[in-house]
Amino acid sequence: MTKRNSNKRPITFTAALALSLVCSFARDINLLNVSYDPTRELYQDFNAAFSKYWKEKTGDAIIIRQSHGGSGKQARAVIDGLAADVVTLALAYDIDAIAEKAKLLPPDWQRRLPNNSSPYTSTILFLVRKGNPKGIKDWDDLIKPGIAVVTPNPKTSGGARWNYLAAYGYELKRAGGDEARAKEFVRKLFKNVPVLDSGARSATTTFIQRGIGDVLIAWENEAIMAIKELGQGQFDLVAPSISILAEPPVTVVDKVARKRGTEEAAKGYLEYLYSETGQDIAARHYYRPRLESVMQKYAGQFTQLKLFTIDEVFGGWQRAQKTHFNDGGVFDQISQANR
Amino acid sequence: MGGAPSTDTAIIRRRVSRSQSQRGTEEPPLIKWTLIAIALAFSLVFLLLPLVNVFAQAFAKGWQAYWNSLTEPDSWAAIRLTLIVAAIAVPLNVMFGVAAAWAIAKFEFRWKSLLTTLIDLPFSVSPVVAGLMFVLMFGLQGYFGKWLEAHEIKIIFAVPGIVLATVFVTFPFVARELIPVMQAAGSEQEQAALTLGASGWRTFWHVTLPSVKWGLIYGIILCNARAMGEFGAVSVVSGHIIRQTETMPLRVQALYEGGSAVSGAAAFAVASLLALLALITLAIKTFLEWKQARDYARAQQLAMPTPESDSDTAFLARQNLR
Repeated sequence: MTKRNSNKRPITFTAALALSLVCSFARDINLLNVSYDPTRELYQDFNAAFSKYWKEKTGDAIIIRQSHGGSGKQARAVIDGLAADVVTLALAYDIDAIAEKAKLLPPDWQRRLPNNSSPYTSTILFLVRKGNPKGIKDWDDLIKPGIAVVTPNPKTSGGARWNYLAAYGYELKRAGGDEARAKEFVRKLFKNVPVLDSGARSATTTFIQRGIGDVLIAWENEAIMAIKELGQGQFDLVAPSISILAEPPVTVVDKVARKRGTEEAAKGYLEYLYSETGQDIAARHYYRPRLESVMQKYAGQFTQLKLFTIDEVFGGWQRAQKTHFNDGGVFDQISQANR
Repeated sequence: MGGAPSTDTAIIRRRVSRSQSQRGTEEPPLIKWTLIAIALAFSLVFLLLPLVNVFAQAFAKGWQAYWNSLTEPDSWAAIRLTLIVAAIAVPLNVMFGVAAAWAIAKFEFRWKSLLTTLIDLPFSVSPVVAGLMFVLMFGLQGYFGKWLEAHEIKIIFAVPGIVLATVFVTFPFVARELIPVMQAAGSEQEQAALTLGASGWRTFWHVTLPSVKWGLIYGIILCNARAMGEFGAVSVVSGHIIRQTETMPLRVQALYEGGSAVSGAAAFAVASLLALLALITLAIKTFLEWKQARDYARAQQLAMPTPESDSDTAFLARQNLR
């Protein structure tokens, strides 16, 4: 008996310590924004602006936490219980998955905010080494033998799925709707890919810091940032003749926000993305703003090029995902053929 | 060809045996030096150089930048969280480890081999799988997910999940270090203490623990090093919430992928802390080995000259040597 009693003390102490620490960690959260890889810096700035705005408007102090990773991976985490008040992911399908598998928000979520719930857009461009030594100008240069193309894995990365669909759409349009030719085109393209990273950020790191590849297929915002902040004078931006209009959507995760009593703040947070200030911050981080006035101010940093949408070429994300990226889809078929 | 061997063959035999014994004890210098050079070059290129490079990169932008990148709130929160997780996981595993090692080394019971195998399980399971296991159990779609949600208990994507994953991954270290030491120590001393009237608890503190203390300390530092450095399992259950569930290894990755040159240097600054931890661990390990060797030598000196002496130290020393 005496044994037992003296033994108990350290255990209860450790347990109490653990509990108090865990509690002190949980107390000051207000909003959790679960996002994809390249938005780290964008939301760092936006969160600061929003908490200032919200404090002035309502008097409430608000702290916004961020979580970043591959878009598909992040959606999976929310499905598994990562308590996101808002999600700001790379593509609509990933939010559809949350609605479908975890029923945390209604299936028609994308109609709740303007512009398909995408406050900013982007597109897919090429980043090449200084002076463009391989003379890469358009999508069909990427399938030439001896060109090393860096793009992440479409199975895990949202950006990679946009990259893939942009290439596929280019050839589909050129071939007058011939799916077989488009399929052969992306097969040849992925034959030229030496490393398939899991996310857009890792692919950028592979291309820039590890010096692998002749061309990086990248988000426009990621490519401009890389040029401005990483390699002044080491890289060139190349805009292809046509690309895809990427719409990264945002939404409130209703069930989580309701439970935590953050619905109003979460809604205000997303609406603020559409405001003049929010749009300006997005543009400063090289996302294309929706607001015409802001777009004009930053027009110089975006290349004019023809853009097609996923709805007009692929019939929406649900269909594109099913045909191309699900198990046994076109991407699996071309990977098999390339082996 | 019976009978005694001729002198010739005897000489040859002697020569052969001599050259054989020479070959056994000393290699030709060429082979010896080649082997040493290969081993040294290998450890220089693959172990020391990368480690030195971590520090070089960390200080690439100077001391001030190094200090700033460690005290920057996001990284500082990661450092704190790592310390907290280790402060919970290591004591828990010390308790589990000592209890398990004690049970295995000192008692005979039916499921002993099963317990020994189970202790090794975390070594053979990939850390990513370990993390996924917890997601499958405690995640929202997992077995206990709905119940936990209804009772507002957060495990996955919160600190408790990180602690759980760390405890799982570091579970074997203390027990694995202790079992052989405890087995070597035998149970005679404890039996003697018990027959002399000491309580079980007192026997544990005054007899069992001192005889295994070096093994225990070694187990603890290894356990701690892994607890602070674990990436895979923690990455799966963390949710990567900045300032909240990001540990040091996760922070290193986030910073490295952060893009700018500043965050690249900051990644190495945080990484240098982990590298420093590794160096300290190695230093303590070397010290412990030296200390053990010294204790062993002393014990032998004490035991040698008076084999029938009944002094406590000699008695204990001899017991320890068994």
